[in-house]
Amino acid sequence: MAVKNKKLNLKDKYQYLTRDMAWEPTYQKKEDIYPDESFEGIKILDWSQWEDPFRLTMDAYWKYQAEKEKKLYAIFDAFAQNNGHQNITDARYVNALKLFLTGVSPLEHAAFQGYSKVGRQFSGAGARVACQMQAIDELRHSQTQQHAMSHYNKHFNGLHDAAYMHDRVWFLSVPKSFFDDARSAGPFEFLTAISFSFEYVLTNLLFVPFMSGAAYNNDMATVTFGFSAQSDEARHMTLGLEVIKFILEQHEDNVPIVQKWIDKWFWRGFRLLSLVSMMMDYMLPKKVMSWAEAWEVYYEQNGGALFKDLERYGIRPPKYEDVANEAKHHLSHQLWTTFYQYSHATNFHTWIPTEEEMDWMSEKYPDTFDKYYRPRYEFLAKEHAEGRRYYNNTLPQLCQVCQVPTLFTEKGDATKLSHRQIEHEGERYHFCSEACCDIFKDEPEKYVQAWLPVHQIYQGNCGGADVETVVQKYYHINIGEDNFEYVGSPDHKRWQFIKGMAPQQKGDDEAAEKPNAA
Amino acid sequence: MPERAGPVTHKNNKVMIMSVNALYDYKFEPRDKVENFNGMQLVYVQWAGHLMFCAPFALLVEPDMSFRALIEDALKPAVAAHPQSVKADFLAAQWELNGESFTPNADASLVDNGIDHKSMLVVTTPGLDGMFNTGY
Amino acid sequence: MSQQLVFIVFQDNDNARYLADAIMADNPHAEMQHQPAMIRIQADKRLVINRETMEEELGRDWDVQEMLIDVISIGGNVDEDDDHFILEWK
Repeated sequence: MAVKNKKLNLKDKYQYLTRDMAWEPTYQKKEDIYPDESFEGIKILDWSQWEDPFRLTMDAYWKYQAEKEKKLYAIFDAFAQNNGHQNITDARYVNALKLFLTGVSPLEHAAFQGYSKVGRQFSGAGARVACQMQAIDELRHSQTQQHAMSHYNKHFNGLHDAAYMHDRVWFLSVPKSFFDDARSAGPFEFLTAISFSFEYVLTNLLFVPFMSGAAYNNDMATVTFGFSAQSDEARHMTLGLEVIKFILEQHEDNVPIVQKWIDKWFWRGFRLLSLVSMMMDYMLPKKVMSWAEAWEVYYEQNGGALFKDLERYGIRPPKYEDVANEAKHHLSHQLWTTFYQYSHATNFHTWIPTEEEMDWMSEKYPDTFDKYYRPRYEFLAKEHAEGRRYYNNTLPQLCQVCQVPTLFTEKGDATKLSHRQIEHEGERYHFCSEACCDIFKDEPEKYVQAWLPVHQIYQGNCGGADVETVVQKYYHINIGEDNFEYVGSPDHKRWQFIKGMAPQQKGDDEAAEKPNAA
Repeated sequence: MPERAGPVTHKNNKVMIMSVNALYDYKFEPRDKVENFNGMQLVYVQWAGHLMFCAPFALLVEPDMSFRALIEDALKPAVAAHPQSVKADFLAAQWELNGESFTPNADASLVDNGIDHKSMLVVTTPGLDGMFNTGY
Repeated sequence: MSQQLVFIVFQDNDNARYLADAIMADNPHAEMQHQPAMIRIQADKRLVINRETMEEELGRDWDVQEMLIDVISIGGNVDEDDDHFILEWK
């Protein structure tokens, strides 16, 4: 550590090792080498204005990344050798990891592909190097997450086929289509979508309070990969802010284009993160911070400072931010009750929050929880106790853009579903919100081809006509093991056995060890 | 530079529709055209004020099934878990079809009722507005 | 909300405790919060990490880029050179 280069200062070193490694083409036209650089309408007058504030060069990058990896894998080893999974607060927590591994880790891989692609498309060397480093980071995140969770896969259900599920399972089309949308855009939109709107404005909500929550629930492996990944994220966020400032400073014509992208990708990201809202409020047995509090700190406060800074370029906060801000009081509860009723078609379990947890929610959501959501859980708990655990036996309408079921309520009226529909070229389309409808109207060609899981099942493209066949055969969700209610599930029984809460009976040895465990 | 179709604006059904900005002629068939549903069609039904069902139901139905059959064979089983479902008289209830007030003919087919592919029906049952005064 | 906050978050480990001490010494207007496994420091408008202060805290040479190992998140415009790391809203 701390090998200081006495010959070159940071700025010079960065200049020599990044910019001066590039060259001006002589026998090919720049437009032919970088054919995707101008079609989005973004005007770049001078790439040399691009700033990388970290001034990280490849040699320093490898040095620091290697150190991070060594620390990380030492902890994975210790966690596995000491059966760290037995020390978590409660096995319900593992369900958050199931959602993470199927919903988030494949996005890291998609980001790797995305940055590899756009890193080829910029004629500025600084931008190319930054994208190259980020591509490698994202691949590292995908790999370390899978390594961290492979230990859990030996002891709990639902973690066995994450990448396969990501491409097929109904709710995983939400994260998948989000990244497909970004990756199929031009290079500047991709950076605005992922580097700025997602990394800078929104991912703190996942990687900071949720990972802190993982630590609070004694999951040493997850908090370690989470924070290790996030240490790269600090660099990515800086890239995100720099890229926006760079584009805006290059030409005033870029401002309305960027504003439109910010509006779109703020909303797309907000909808995607609705999954995280329920991970935080419902899937962490010991709570650190509510979704509403996290939203206030990481969006309203930090996002507020950011958009105040961008005012000078003529950029305003994202359209429909008011809807997102109001939704913080409802979001996690609406998501959880949705997954509760569709637990037969998920690779993770759901449950009714405990009395203590509900009291916490009353405190954190004083205006909404007792009024709207507590009575629902009390009703559902009673139904369950009387032998009628509620599952919704129909398929839901999905939003054509975000692909979430159209489950959200109107701003200011939590008894009224938010729904919009339009007709376009003779076809009807349905949306969860005005914002998603706007996104469709701006680029209908993109969204008319959406692969909506519910419609695909009905078209007969998912292996069968009934939900059970689709879930088992097409999703690879093991019925009775991975899905349904947590209470009484094999995971629950295994946990009770680990904690010595259930007397050992004949057959418990098998119940305690996951079948087919490596 | 590659030729491209720049952003095009046109009026469509009174809404302003833009066009994608792409490197090539970017055109795709809608994935959910009725002909992809093997003779069936989709219809969405929402029972207003009953958020126990988190979203409108997406139902796969025969276009020539009667409206009565839609109620009896599709909607009633879908809402059976709700305690108010036994009291609901859906045929006598208030209906909306694609955002407009609508009086269904119970014995006519869906098609003859104007309920085409991916239509949205919302039914309100006066006096039955969900549980806990919160439209659940 | 008249304040325009910059912030930095570190893993709560031995390295970062020196960083946190150095930051608190050089930024009297900063506020430090402890959450499980992390330390979050926020301040109105500006936060600076000085190499010199860090080297005094640690009693050894310290490269500004070493902070990359322990930082989890930041908010604000970044300006880094051999002697300092600055976060600010101008």
